[in-house]
Amino acid sequence: MDSNKDIKGFLEFVYEFYKTMKAHEITLVYEGEITHQITKAFTSLTESNMAKDDEAGSVQRKVFHVMVECLQNISKHAEDFTSDDYLFSGRGIFLVSKGENEYSVTTGNAIENDRIEELTEMLETINRMDKDELKQLYKKQMKEGRLSEKGGAGLGFIDIKRKTGKELEYHFLPISDDTSFFLLTSTISREEL
Amino acid sequence: METIKIQGTEDTPKIILDAENEIMEISGRSLPEDVSAFYEPVLNWLNEYAENPNKKTIFNFKLTYFNTASSKLLLDILMKLEEMHENNNDVLIRWHYPEDDEDMEEAGEEYADIVDVPFEQVSYSP
Repeated sequence: MDSNKDIKGFLEFVYEFYKTMKAHEITLVYEGEITHQITKAFTSLTESNMAKDDEAGSVQRKVFHVMVECLQNISKHAEDFTSDDYLFSGRGIFLVSKGENEYSVTTGNAIENDRIEELTEMLETINRMDKDELKQLYKKQMKEGRLSEKGGAGLGFIDIKRKTGKELEYHFLPISDDTSFFLLTSTISREEL
Repeated sequence: METIKIQGTEDTPKIILDAENEIMEISGRSLPEDVSAFYEPVLNWLNEYAENPNKKTIFNFKLTYFNTASSKLLLDILMKLEEMHENNNDVLIRWHYPEDDEDMEEAGEEYADIVDVPFEQVSYSP
């Protein structure tokens, strides 16, 4: 940005961006590498905001659960890429929004296309299951599932559906012939259950 | 035998494993960056303790939060205690949960279903 016009254009973009965030009730947005430090920082920030707003304890706990699992999903899986490309090095986008009736936690990260089928099948299976089936699956996975090298136990999605009682919404958008952007949204009702 | 005392942090639980004073407790929050590495000393300690345990072993869990990766390691600990019980040792698990936290109560029930070891649920006011 070496001219005033460019700076003005950029600042206008920032204002538009701010308005868009407000319109979508986004309270937190982050793009970049998702590390354990980031996970800790965001969860504690959201936690103190929720406490300030006198959010019900059960709602606070559910939001905390979902945030941790979503962030750890990205930090553990996004780094499966070995490419130098900025999209593929443990990075992703993370958003929290707070509406009148619910919170939503959204993540996005690049994945290789050959994982789409497996992810879709896993998410569809979990979305179809009722409370009891999820409980059985969680127990089974905990007993039989091995911790992967990076510490994921394959339990995150099941836990999110169990804690929120809502289907996991997801979407894949093509980036290139080999890769796609994987978006996942979980909603947490603000009504105390 | 050696006593383990680990101070709790915002993402790791407080741990006391003290055979001499009969205190065994994991409490607080558990979402360590590397769960396997974090719980390794606990499992090693239990392996050693199991060789020559106290007359009665009461193991307390008083967690306020644990992530899914920790849930697997907690099961490993419980299975170790189950093994001790199978070897005719007197073992009791006490699962403490905040009285308003149904999820933590249910987590205790689920573990009690999986492992075959005396299991007591204890609610407390946070």
